Amino acid sequence: MNNVNGSVVGSSSGSGDGSAPRRNSKRPKYSRFTQQELPACKPILTPKWVISVFTLIGVVFVPIGIASLMASNDVVEIVDRYDNVCVPPNMTNDKVAYIQNNETDKSCRRTLEVPKHMSQPIYVYYQLDNFYQNHRRYVKSRNDAQLRKHSQENETSGCDPEKRTKDGAPIVPCGLIAWSLFNDTYIFAIGNKNLTVNKKGISWKSDRDHKFGKDVLPKNFQSGPLIGGGKLDDTKPLSEQEDLIVWMRTAALPTFRKLYGRIEQDLNAGDVITVTLENNYNTYSFSGKKKLVLSTSSWLGGKNDFLGIAYLAVGGLCFFLAVAFTIVYLVKPRKLGDPSYLSWNRNPAGH
Amino acid sequence: MAGERRPRSAHLFFEMGPLSRSRSRPPPADQSPGVGRGDAGYSRMVHCNDPASPQASELNYSDNSISTTKYTVANFVPKSLFEQFRRVANFFFLIVAFISFSPLAPYRAVSILLPLVVVVGATMAKEAVEDWQRKKQDIEVNNRKVKVYDGSFSFYQTEWKKLRVGDIVRVEKDEFFPADLLLLSTNHDDGTCYVETMNLDGETNLKRKQSLEVTSTLHNEDSFQNFKALINCEDPNEKLYSFIGILDYEGVQFPLNPKQILLRDSKLRNTQHVYGAVIFTGHDTKVMQNAMDPPSKRSNIERRMDKIIYVLFASLVFISSIGSVCFGIKTKNETSVGNYRWYLRPDNSSIYFDPNRAGLAAFFHFLTVLMLYGCLIPISLYISIEIVKVLQSIFIDHDLEMYCEDSDKPARARTSNLNEELGQVDTILSDKTGTLTCNSMEFVKCSIAGIAYGSRSCEMEKAASGIIQYELCHDSPSAFERHRSEGTSKKSTKGFSFRDDRLTNGQWVGEPNSEVIHKFFHVLAICNTAIPVVSKSDEILYEAESPDEAAFVTVARELGFEFYRRTQTSVSLHEFDPKIGRKVDRTYELLDTLEFSSARKRMSVIVRTESNQLLLFCKVAYRILSAEEYIPWHDDFVKIKNSVNADHDTIVDEVADRIERDLILLGATAVEDRLQQGVPECINKLAEAGIKIWILTGDKLETAVNIGFACQLLRKGMEQLVITLDTPNINALKKDGDKNALEKSLHENVSKQICEALSHVSKMKGSNVPFALIIDGDSLAFALSTSLEHSFLDLAVACASVICCRTSPKQKALVTRLVKWRTRKTTLAIGDGANDVGMLQEADIGVGISGVEGMQAVMSSDFAIAQFRFLERLLLVHGHWCYRRISAMFPKLHQDGVQNIFFSWPRILGWMINGVCSALIIYYFTTHAIFHQAFRQDGHVAAYEILGVTMYTCVVWTVNCQLAIYLSYFTWIQHCVIWGSIIFWYMFLVVYGSFPSTISTTAYWVFREACASSPLYWLVILLVVVSALLPYFMYSNFQKTFFPKYHDLIQRLQVKKE
Repeated sequence: MNNVNGSVVGSSSGSGDGSAPRRNSKRPKYSRFTQQELPACKPILTPKWVISVFTLIGVVFVPIGIASLMASNDVVEIVDRYDNVCVPPNMTNDKVAYIQNNETDKSCRRTLEVPKHMSQPIYVYYQLDNFYQNHRRYVKSRNDAQLRKHSQENETSGCDPEKRTKDGAPIVPCGLIAWSLFNDTYIFAIGNKNLTVNKKGISWKSDRDHKFGKDVLPKNFQSGPLIGGGKLDDTKPLSEQEDLIVWMRTAALPTFRKLYGRIEQDLNAGDVITVTLENNYNTYSFSGKKKLVLSTSSWLGGKNDFLGIAYLAVGGLCFFLAVAFTIVYLVKPRKLGDPSYLSWNRNPAGH
Repeated sequence: MAGERRPRSAHLFFEMGPLSRSRSRPPPADQSPGVGRGDAGYSRMVHCNDPASPQASELNYSDNSISTTKYTVANFVPKSLFEQFRRVANFFFLIVAFISFSPLAPYRAVSILLPLVVVVGATMAKEAVEDWQRKKQDIEVNNRKVKVYDGSFSFYQTEWKKLRVGDIVRVEKDEFFPADLLLLSTNHDDGTCYVETMNLDGETNLKRKQSLEVTSTLHNEDSFQNFKALINCEDPNEKLYSFIGILDYEGVQFPLNPKQILLRDSKLRNTQHVYGAVIFTGHDTKVMQNAMDPPSKRSNIERRMDKIIYVLFASLVFISSIGSVCFGIKTKNETSVGNYRWYLRPDNSSIYFDPNRAGLAAFFHFLTVLMLYGCLIPISLYISIEIVKVLQSIFIDHDLEMYCEDSDKPARARTSNLNEELGQVDTILSDKTGTLTCNSMEFVKCSIAGIAYGSRSCEMEKAASGIIQYELCHDSPSAFERHRSEGTSKKSTKGFSFRDDRLTNGQWVGEPNSEVIHKFFHVLAICNTAIPVVSKSDEILYEAESPDEAAFVTVARELGFEFYRRTQTSVSLHEFDPKIGRKVDRTYELLDTLEFSSARKRMSVIVRTESNQLLLFCKVAYRILSAEEYIPWHDDFVKIKNSVNADHDTIVDEVADRIERDLILLGATAVEDRLQQGVPECINKLAEAGIKIWILTGDKLETAVNIGFACQLLRKGMEQLVITLDTPNINALKKDGDKNALEKSLHENVSKQICEALSHVSKMKGSNVPFALIIDGDSLAFALSTSLEHSFLDLAVACASVICCRTSPKQKALVTRLVKWRTRKTTLAIGDGANDVGMLQEADIGVGISGVEGMQAVMSSDFAIAQFRFLERLLLVHGHWCYRRISAMFPKLHQDGVQNIFFSWPRILGWMINGVCSALIIYYFTTHAIFHQAFRQDGHVAAYEILGVTMYTCVVWTVNCQLAIYLSYFTWIQHCVIWGSIIFWYMFLVVYGSFPSTISTTAYWVFREACASSPLYWLVILLVVVSALLPYFMYSNFQKTFFPKYHDLIQRLQVKKE
């Protein structure tokens, strides 16, 4: 008893003094942040929660997958590889010699059958395989300043080795990308009636308006001893040379398509399209392939089943997991926060 | 417990060897007093009062300015840059930055320079700010004012920094000494003064200094006019408690000892003024010689972080090598038929792609790839961790639950390096006095003439009764509280909690043995070396050498024997005279003081009362002396005391022993060092958390065991294993002498005891009986020897509690080192005094108690808290959070797919695998979903910038969502950071894409024109992000369902409760 009484006296004097506000106190200021008392939500993965998450993913993913697959299925696509067939039979042993010979006739005629009704616009692409537009040397071999402004035509840094002519005049547009411009051409006809291919607006608007100048005219292009790809019309400014603009948006992967033009009329199932093409571009040196592609588009773009299948697969997996977890939960129920699982409860002699 | 005196030796650095307070070791006979001029190590010449003489200037001693800064203005940039680039990651990025200016760079140089400049700049700025703080402090110190003799009858004020060796200075009461001074004279005729050395060794008690007799007469300005002397002394060194030198004055040589030396940074107390001659200035002073950089401690995580960075380096080099080898082969084949990529112009290639020199090209490519994948090395990791640590330190500093109201001291994280280590502490090594206990002695009980007085129970009794009453502990006012409340409340006086109605309020007069009681309190009031000081509230406080002495004087005062004045020769009391029946003032002439020595373990005074009676008072006994007996002894004593001799102390002790005989015992006292508030509870909780606690104390075995019980470290039912050399047969052995044989047998004895204890422990293994190991310092010395330390540690680790008593500071540090090295776990040392410094610096984490014992421990600690009980929150709350947070820094920063978190290698590997999985999923899903088909309804296909943006968007989403899944709780900060990062990425895309195409190049309009309106883009992101997170989500659920971890369970438990 004595103890308690004695101590209480001491305490009251001490705490009374302590609670009084003191000047120059080093007492830290209270704030929820410094005291780490911010309101927090603590999501916790309870079995029910987990099962719902998996189910939710499944519920969302499967319809998306179906929709994507349907979109992909709706797209009608005609792909025609012509690089080998367009080499004359007598030249098949040395295709490189054939393609590099300027004298030979490079024209070639292909017929394509429309398998299903294709509603306009029908996009015409050329597809290259095993062409590394993403090679570091290639990607960097251009000069954006020169492309943008006439006044900067002397800017050719980074364009090696297609920089300047022998006399030192700048090449416009300089660099390997422009130099290797794709130059096969296609003329389409159904029967005797030519199909018009609209080549306007095949490039991105930002490129036309801001990256390729309206006052930049090609100069000294493909004038060297070694001619790479296509030539340019010296009278048209770069902003109107859409084939070049498209080509210069380099592709990320070695297999790529580039827009060639649009056919702005419907094609009916069974229509036979005759393609007269100029097989100018050399893919034979590096064993590349060339394909001509006619394709419609859906809200999702072109034909590609991967997205739909992947959505279905992931959605399916989540459904499966949801079921699996449900079974585990039913077979081996565990109460939320069962303290008996804690080691010190399991083994009372513990520490 | 009665009359326990802390055998705390007052040395800072244990290599100095044991010196105990209040006596100084005489200089070794071969060195002193015959110090030859110019002897090696004794070359310093001080021309007193003649600092400007040609001889003095020739010596060219440094001035008194100090500089503790790390850098100067001139060397800041190179030196701090050098420091910065010693970090592996920074150095790597420096090299990368250099290469990035070459055509090798896969990106623009600014992308690498900017982060590097920011990181290095920020760290340098921090260094600069810290150094500026030091500089400001230096300037303040250097410009303090002191009075210096001008050589012509007067003193003038000047700055500290202008002091020269040999100057005569006058230091006033409560001023710091500006340099190491030779005490010449004081305002007391006998040339004594008192100094407080708190800044040096953390001790609050006053120390007496005594000038040489020949100089003690230099009292005024005039007397210095003709004063010229030459001091020849030791060279500057760091030994605070030794000084050897000779004063050459008027042709006579006088030996000097530490008694005459006033050290810089100590303070003059209780003396009006002193005159001193400057001996050591500036960096030559002992305190500055002691100021060495504390050992830099690096946390485990930081060390492991370095390792991780090396691992990342290795993987970086590995990945890059594979890439470059493939590149080399491809390039070599460039010219072969069917593989001739004419559009790359291999015929006219630059050196980087030349198929004819494919090897070289591959090497250059290696450098490029190294840069490209350089983001594997987290450049910002160090600085981010630094920022997190600073925040954590702020949290620790600001925690109200670790704020001590009484002392007005919040917790302080002095280094931010070790925050996360707090969460991993395995062993706590604790000092006892001042750490577990308040280090304020309380007079609890006494026995006078065989009758026990005092009703308050002591801590031991409380603990033994098994009821730890929180209220009780809580109510016991701490030392500070009592200190502050003095004057406001009579009841709670410092050191006084004695309760007994038979004695208090003058009631003792009625007791049967009132005569003895009278004497008893007389002894307490007179037999001491305390100095009464009148406080502001006109109360008398005492400054005593030790807390128990203060407790005695206080209790005497409270019971009516108020000791109010001490002069050099007398002690004055207000005392109650039962014969007259009222209070009278009495003065006792102080004839001799036989100072405390650890050999005698007692202290006595001889006084002459007003009735001319000669009395010897010793606690708590007395003796009446006759003049015949006293006078010859006194002559002897004075002679011996003033002699200079190697065995000085022993001889003084012997002489003192001659008179301290035939004493009449009055009674016994019981003083108790109160436990600090909340100590037993805190220890209990820490023990529950699986933390081992060792007490390392200088106390004797019995005291240590008592304290162990009081603070719950020893409990009933624990088996105590005592290893001691303090047994009768060993003591007998010790007397025999033969040192080698003794050593050997002691060693064997300790070894045997340890082995026995070990086998006992292993025998009892199954029984779940906790063990407590108690070992004394002598045994410890042997137990720490190389041959035994292993088994000793095994034994110690097997015990729940370990108490080492009678340990020297050096042993404390050794034990700490042993535990640290042998267990390879994190150790924490906690202490408050200068004798704990070694231990604090040796341990992984040193925690200083910012209590009464000055700042020495705090200065060398990593964390400072006001009371022991705060340790619980520091370790169990802050430590855990800090650890979790630092560990979690990694996923946030590794935005390129390789993620790693918790700091165990399997975990790091697990996260790396998770990262690789996520990366593969992101890459394959994106490139396959966005293939060569049209990307949008308008027929455009995706070029590389679109694919890149899509992929990177997926990475940003994945990393942040991964973090969100990993986090166990969300406040608005987490929400802000996680969702903010994602939003920021989109904002960046839009804003950067809107810059003119000259700046943004490929990013120009990419989001706005191409991606935003493409459903494919959004669908790919949803698919990829969910798929990339799925492996981790599945794994963590699987693990939580089948192999839950503790924190998962606890978390669920909490949710259930809510």
